[in-house]
Amino acid sequence: MSPPAGKPAASKRPPRQPALEREHSLHLLREMLRIRRFEERAAEQYSLTRIRGFLHLYIGEEAVGVGVMQALTPDDAIVATYREHGQALARGLPAASLMSEMFGKATGCSRGRGGSMHFFDISRRFYGGNAIVGGGLPIAVGLALADRLQGRRRVTACFFGDGAVAEGEFHESLNLAALWQLPVLFLCENNEYAMGTSIRDELAQPDIHLRAESYGMPAEEVDGMDVVAVETAARRAAEAVRAEPGPRFLELHTYRFRAHSMADPDLYRGKDEVEHWKEERDPIALFEARLRKAKLLTDDDLASMEADIAVELDQAIAAAEAAPIEPLEDLTKDVYTLVAG
Amino acid sequence: MADFVMPSLGADMSAGTLAAWLKQPGEAVQRGEIIAIVHTDKADVEVEVFTSGVIDRMLVEPGTEVPVGTPLAVIREEGAAPAPTPAAPAPAARAAAAAPAPPAPAAAAAAAAEHHLLISPSARQLGHELGIEVEGLQGTGPGGRIQRRDVEAAAAARDAAPQKVAPAPAPVPAPAAAAAPTPPPVAAAPPAAAAPTAAPAAPLSPAAERNAAMRRAIAASMSRSKREIPHFYLGQTIDMSRSLAWLGQENLRRPVTERVLHGVLMVKAVALALREVPELNAVWSGDELVRRDDVNVGVAISLRGGGLVAPAIHHTDELTVEELMHAFRDLVSRARAGSLRSSEMSEPTITVTSIGERGVESIFGVIFPPQVAIVGFGTLVERPWISEGQILPCPVVSASLSADHRVTDGHRASQFLAAVDRLLQEPEEL
Amino acid sequence: MSTVKLTYREAVRAAMRHALATDERVFLMGEDVGGYGGAFAVSLGLLDEFGPERVRNAPLSESGFVGAGIGAALGGMRPIVEVMTINFSLLALDQVVNNAATMRYMSGGQLSVPIIVRMATGGGRQMAAQHEHSLEVWYAHIPGIKALAPATVADARGMLIAALEEPDPVFIFEHALLYPMADEIDEEPQAVDIAHAAVRREGSDVTLVTYGGSLGKCLAAAATLEEEHGLAAEVVDLRTLRPLDTETILASLAKTHRMVIVDEGWKTGGLAGEISAQVMEQGFDLLDWPVQRVCGVEVPMPYAKHLEEAALPSAERVVAAVTEMAF
Repeated sequence: MSPPAGKPAASKRPPRQPALEREHSLHLLREMLRIRRFEERAAEQYSLTRIRGFLHLYIGEEAVGVGVMQALTPDDAIVATYREHGQALARGLPAASLMSEMFGKATGCSRGRGGSMHFFDISRRFYGGNAIVGGGLPIAVGLALADRLQGRRRVTACFFGDGAVAEGEFHESLNLAALWQLPVLFLCENNEYAMGTSIRDELAQPDIHLRAESYGMPAEEVDGMDVVAVETAARRAAEAVRAEPGPRFLELHTYRFRAHSMADPDLYRGKDEVEHWKEERDPIALFEARLRKAKLLTDDDLASMEADIAVELDQAIAAAEAAPIEPLEDLTKDVYTLVAG
Repeated sequence: MADFVMPSLGADMSAGTLAAWLKQPGEAVQRGEIIAIVHTDKADVEVEVFTSGVIDRMLVEPGTEVPVGTPLAVIREEGAAPAPTPAAPAPAARAAAAAPAPPAPAAAAAAAAEHHLLISPSARQLGHELGIEVEGLQGTGPGGRIQRRDVEAAAAARDAAPQKVAPAPAPVPAPAAAAAPTPPPVAAAPPAAAAPTAAPAAPLSPAAERNAAMRRAIAASMSRSKREIPHFYLGQTIDMSRSLAWLGQENLRRPVTERVLHGVLMVKAVALALREVPELNAVWSGDELVRRDDVNVGVAISLRGGGLVAPAIHHTDELTVEELMHAFRDLVSRARAGSLRSSEMSEPTITVTSIGERGVESIFGVIFPPQVAIVGFGTLVERPWISEGQILPCPVVSASLSADHRVTDGHRASQFLAAVDRLLQEPEEL
Repeated sequence: MSTVKLTYREAVRAAMRHALATDERVFLMGEDVGGYGGAFAVSLGLLDEFGPERVRNAPLSESGFVGAGIGAALGGMRPIVEVMTINFSLLALDQVVNNAATMRYMSGGQLSVPIIVRMATGGGRQMAAQHEHSLEVWYAHIPGIKALAPATVADARGMLIAALEEPDPVFIFEHALLYPMADEIDEEPQAVDIAHAAVRREGSDVTLVTYGGSLGKCLAAAATLEEEHGLAAEVVDLRTLRPLDTETILASLAKTHRMVIVDEGWKTGGLAGEISAQVMEQGFDLLDWPVQRVCGVEVPMPYAKHLEEAALPSAERVVAAVTEMAF
């Protein structure tokens, strides 16, 4: 396997990051840890066949979701992919609601209708959960278009992977967003693999941020394993999106520690490569080390974080187990919006 | 080796169509076993083989019409070597095997058409609404499918014309009559064309086709009879009081479904009377009388939708009254289902025709060639009767004999009728 | 009530103008809808009247702008997306099927997607195989959307206005040959019913069921059947393809007992087959004859005129189908 892509070129290194502040830093760590532990539990529940269908884990990519979420307000919108547990949790969707959704229960965020790949929460402007690669980009463009037409200054954050870059809808969406100057924050989570295909075998031009620039929109590369770098870049980009308004593009270099999905035997990545990222580039471990070094984190902090998270997740699973399923007679409900009268 | 040939199933039959094989080459067959179905103008008839053995080969494919006497298959003795087969009749056998042969031996096409009527759903619904029996209708749709307008036409005709006198199917089969018209010598014709109004020049349903063919056959037969047989007629009014009284007692012992009808007594009396005047139990074969040993009384049965058959009850004289009743019921239901056997069609030695409950007093029938006589019984009526100097009401029936003057004369004929009368005065001896 | 004479395309334009003028959430988006006035001149003049924000020329990105329409609908707008023809809509089918039709259900009822997508459809203009599809049945197949086929000038205007009140995606199929058709309609733009079929001509011998561009052919066939064969055909214009107004169809069948369905799309797996099945299921005892179908011949649409004519339903084929049913 070739050496991992990763560090941005020196000339493109982002400006200095702000000083770390304890409360916020612990918040960031906690959020990442929460996602990590949630995903581990989800994997376990999947093995116990309580979660079925497809399950795509965010383990290794936590810094991206958490970092970006710091830059968004409750009024902003989020469109994500089928690997959206991290973004959903960071957005504030309750763990119990997500776990219930994956258990197929009526108390799930999508009422058990969507499963792991289709988390929706309109109250938090979380528009999925889209399972078609690239399918969410036009939706994000549309949401931003609505904001523009209604004179609202808010951001539509659109998460997608390096695989989506090959889809025609990537091209169409970036073109539309740039042409009409729509307030979309395009966030490419480049984990170097589109399911089983390495980016080098996927894209003739693997420097995704360069492609984005070709549409006439400012684009940046970010170290997606550095939560502070992600937050910094995201804040800057979101502000620009809001201010212009106009689209911005971030290519976030990251890596998923697990296979594409629970069904994937992950034979296309070398063990060395995966181990390297897990050992050397784990965003949680890296941030934890940094905080310890800066004396902002103690063992007790960590222990209590883990304990709290464990309790939260225990409760989430218990709630999901106990929750009811949607009655069968409601099968055809909400195919259409019933108009009263 | 023996040939299994196209049988004659009636004096008028010159050719028949092999409708279906019920056996395959190589299968063993027993004398008397039904091995094929033959379609004639009158009915689809099961045909039995008269030799035991193994079917060596089949010579005729289903659907082929051949003259009477044509070999249909070759039967070899069990154990004999099979003859070298030229063209394999195996396809015919396979076709026969593949042809829907229902377990109850039913004539294929007739039964099939009756159970799978070609009719549009709307027409069927309309039939229910208008009270029209759709089975007998001729359809003007493709393949003879009955359409709404066919049902509408039938309803219009029914409503315009007076009710036809088609004999109602009795719940317990009685020898329903050929319609009795006027006193002799007018021929008794088969019932007038039944309900279905014909749509002009339209393709007929298979059922309608068969009806038409049957009528043609009957027409030919009756015409020939009148042309060739010098009929003469005798009549006798028979006191039925003793028979009915005896029957009343007998029937008290039986469940309703097994009750014996007086018509059966009359048939039995005829059978026994034939022993005394045996020349009436014979057939005329062209130029001479051929007496028969067995007394097989043919009973005239009218069919739904028009048409008449007169199949035989074998050894009528040897059956008890009860057995006769059973045989009778069985014949009627099979006749109406179209599943009579060839021997029943070809072997009556005399025919009895009887008007049912709602007919007239007397009937003088037309002899069914090659038979030489036909006995007619009118409706049972109450008439004044002189008994020991007194006038009393009495149940009587008018019995007639139409006889072939080539083979008998008034004296012998009257002895026959007198014997029938006498036998009906001692019903317990029947 | 005073009337005005409009062509079909003017009627659609009138509806859009009415919508743009009365509801600020409405905007139009599609290829060449702006300065060009629309490929079929439907949106002529609207850019001048309402400006480029509300009459948005889209680049050739069907998936992109249909998806954007969906997103905009989620964001509170009422977009009217014009896909130039149903032929190009195939590029957007993923957005249609996987997003527009499913988002409500998939989100457990949280989302509504009030988007209208209009597209020209049909053949008969020698545009050849890639430009003359009648694939309405593919849309009518999808739960979660409504599919309309206005066949009259009044419906061209009224159905679009009605669709703007719908909280769910509505697809409107405008047969390209109908655009120049003219008729007198009420001056006042108003919504019409979009849930029912309409009997366009009454009769008692046979029911002709059709929609869109085939309505005219059925009416012509009905006239011929009357004049030359003494048969009174009842013509039912479906108007809505999903949901189907089975009740009206069956009511007609109850009168005539015979039915011919005329559909420009291919027969196999087509809308005529769906209607036949429903008729068989719900009106079995009404049928005096199997339901007949007159559909597009199963060929990619040929260019040569005589071949194209033979490949499409025609009044002659409809008459023949009727007279083959022995009356």
